[in-house]
Amino acid sequence: MNPVLHVSNLSIAFDIKGRSTTVVDEVGLYINAGETLALVGESGCGKSVTALALMGLIESPGRVNGGSVKLQDQELINLPESALQDIRGKSIGMIFQEPMVALNPLFTVGDQIGEVLLRHTSLSRDAVQRKCLELLDQVGIPDPARRINQYPHEMSGGMKQRVMIAMAIACEPMLLIADEPTTALDVTVQAQILGLIDQLQKDMNIAVLLITHNLGIVAQHADRVTVMYAGRIAESASVHDLFADPHHPYTQGLLKSIPRNGETGARLYSIDGAVPSPDQFPAGCRFSNRCPLVLEQCRESVPTMTQRQTSHYAACWQD
Amino acid sequence: MRKPMSTANPTLLHVQNLRKYFPVRSGLMQRASAWVKAVDDVSFEVRRGETLGLVGESGCGKTTLARLLLRLVDSDSGQIEFGGDDITQKKSGELQSFRRRMQIIFQDPYSSLNPRLSVERILGEAMRVHGKATRNNVTEKVCTLLETVGLDASHRYRFPNEFSGGQRQRIGVARALALEPELIVCDEAVSALDVSIQAQIINLLTDLKQQLNLSYIFISHDLNVVRYLADRVAVMYLGEIVETASTPALFRSPMHPYTQALIETNPTPDPTVAAPDHVISGGVPSPANPPSGCRFHTRCPQAMPKCREIAPELRNRSDDAGQVACHLYV
Repeated sequence: MNPVLHVSNLSIAFDIKGRSTTVVDEVGLYINAGETLALVGESGCGKSVTALALMGLIESPGRVNGGSVKLQDQELINLPESALQDIRGKSIGMIFQEPMVALNPLFTVGDQIGEVLLRHTSLSRDAVQRKCLELLDQVGIPDPARRINQYPHEMSGGMKQRVMIAMAIACEPMLLIADEPTTALDVTVQAQILGLIDQLQKDMNIAVLLITHNLGIVAQHADRVTVMYAGRIAESASVHDLFADPHHPYTQGLLKSIPRNGETGARLYSIDGAVPSPDQFPAGCRFSNRCPLVLEQCRESVPTMTQRQTSHYAACWQD
Repeated sequence: MRKPMSTANPTLLHVQNLRKYFPVRSGLMQRASAWVKAVDDVSFEVRRGETLGLVGESGCGKTTLARLLLRLVDSDSGQIEFGGDDITQKKSGELQSFRRRMQIIFQDPYSSLNPRLSVERILGEAMRVHGKATRNNVTEKVCTLLETVGLDASHRYRFPNEFSGGQRQRIGVARALALEPELIVCDEAVSALDVSIQAQIINLLTDLKQQLNLSYIFISHDLNVVRYLADRVAVMYLGEIVETASTPALFRSPMHPYTQALIETNPTPDPTVAAPDHVISGGVPSPANPPSGCRFHTRCPQAMPKCREIAPELRNRSDDAGQVACHLYV
């Protein structure tokens, strides 16, 4: 079975002050139908830029320097804008971090969900209206007949995120990209929204790319995990393998630095230093200047991704 | 590291029936048409050397409570006693000596530092105002302070934009320490930081507490962090404290249905623990129009008829580890 999304050797650079800086470097990942891949990393690691590139949304001064993004068997890199517009919102649904910013304050939620359907389907206006009501109901918004005519400001953050999800799944996409979908929400509402995404994914067999920095969410909602550091993939594995047996020292450090339930006595492990900015990435392995296990060769040559176990890959010179 | 708090430790902060309502103004005359009950009849205490965790969702009044304690906003009624002194009614001149003793670290290390001031001025200004440093020794004191928080003395010439988020938060910690306070309020102090940096700041706060015998009020929505840092936890919902307990007791046996929901929905960083299959519904109601009776009854899976009418009072938990406000336990 071919994966729904297959990204290989994706590189993205930004031209800043006449210098080209590579922020995403040879990134590869895949997601199967019905599977959730979590893309994990700290701010500035390139996870959101990668997501934008999947949808052809990298704009000047950024540019895709190479690589391939295949949605089923269709290559998306270098596709003309008109063709991309047919894909966005139809084959790929998106949910962003801030539902307050992502919705247009001047249109009712019914108009905004309806717009997606009018653009991508041949449904009549009446049918669109009916479908909107159905979608609002499907994402758990009570009293859809009243809500459909409301404006975003009349809704809570959790409701707005449900509206975003309704827009994203309106055309039954193959791939759903959720970029920090619950970071702006309260914990109890966060659990509701993640539960909803899980449910819809199961019902519609969607491939989900879940971008998050919250390892708790990863543990409970992802099937596989890809860890990014400074624009490169550090490690990729099933969620169980990654938490039980992380191979990359960065992944190990991340997992050790979260306070665990019940552990209080011991000092928290912390990774020294901070994530370097893209113009100051060290040569060789980009984690080499913070790595507790650094070898001479790490500072000189870039480690290649090697297989550790079945479907467990890490880019590290250590075995 | 966490020592059982003996009751022998003297009370540092004692808050009684604290209340703050903000008016919602509307209409031509801008009359108050409603009141946001941001903090409603809140009482608690913090002992010397203790860390009190304060948790709750947005709009529950955590930040307003922090501002009330620091006298950055004035309360409508109630009493704040700090080190035995009633500070509720003090005028701004009299507050000067109190302000030195209670400091705050803010959430956002980007907006809480003045971009036009060098680190030396940011840290030195308060010390000079409060007579903790003179023109002659201010540089020396700033250097010591920077080293205490893990920065380099040479960083004092730099401006905030030259630092990373984690480094800025260290400056925020240094600024709070500059006046040698007894209590520091950390308002979501690590929430904006990346995981690897968050651990650095948490360790720093832990070390400083031991070295300087500090007390913290640690406000956060991240239960994993609160569980790690706090000796005792207070849970707020819509302006009220619904439960307080020692940290182990609260997490082992949460009694208020809201506390139970918070703990259950907190994502556990362990894939062998399944995500919760039933989650409380709805969101937090508007604090301008809170539900009658128990404010949680609209979302409570165990609500009874009387919860709609009678507001439950805080009573001792059956294990004596704290207090809970719920009709289930009467």
